[in-house]
Amino acid sequence: MVTFLFYVFAAVAVGGAIGVVISRSPVGSLLSMIATLGSMAAIFVLLEAHFLAAIQIIVYAGAIMVLFLFVIMLLNLGHDYQKDLKVGAFSLVSFATVGAMAYVLSRQLGAADLSDSGPGAAAIDAAIAQHGVVGAIAQPLYTTYVVPFEITGILLLVAIVGALVLAKKNVA
Amino acid sequence: MITEALVLSAFLFVIGTLGVLVRRNAIIMFLCIELQLNAVNLSFVAFSRLHGMDGQIFVFFVMTVAAAEAAVGLAIIISIFRHYKTVDVGNFKLLRW
Repeated sequence: MVTFLFYVFAAVAVGGAIGVVISRSPVGSLLSMIATLGSMAAIFVLLEAHFLAAIQIIVYAGAIMVLFLFVIMLLNLGHDYQKDLKVGAFSLVSFATVGAMAYVLSRQLGAADLSDSGPGAAAIDAAIAQHGVVGAIAQPLYTTYVVPFEITGILLLVAIVGALVLAKKNVA
Repeated sequence: MITEALVLSAFLFVIGTLGVLVRRNAIIMFLCIELQLNAVNLSFVAFSRLHGMDGQIFVFFVMTVAAAEAAVGLAIIISIFRHYKTVDVGNFKLLRW
């Protein structure tokens, strides 16, 4: 059952990703992206990362995609149906590069013989049983990784200030 | 299922790369970069089944950085649009040869 659901959501994710690339209208790309993000959240649930699945829906599909949609709306690009695929030798080189990448990646990853649950799965299950789904990720986040966590806060502050400065109208 | 998740992540990453390479609309290129970040997140979650909780914490940080990157990147796109009246990257020629 889990494997069947995984393949269903994987198909939706790949279809959505292809939709992002080939859709002519930016809003269509965005909606395909939301389908991809939603099915990836479902795959996170299947991989027992419940907190990350919730964050994926709330932060990615909720906040970041709405930000994209606002920018498309603000710049009035919603009916921008012109063809904008690059053509000529460059696109051939692109397809060749991407094909080689796909070949190497799927060969490497497909050849790996990974069991379904390594020692990490047992550790995660134990942590979830002890601290709960959110506590299992909060425990290392606020102890081992507390310095990166604080630096992330500074990064977000810098990003807010930078975005405001960049998007502000020039007074001069 | 870990191997399948890794292969799916590779596929999504490759599709994102293709989108960055062949599209000329700056917003869609940016969307494809987000797709690549998500593919890497999927790899992290899959490997966390093998190596413990650290992978999921990394995904948490990647998502935060992606949010910051989206805010700054979209602000840059807005200011570029104010200047050139388009988001087609073929028109930005200042630093090209």
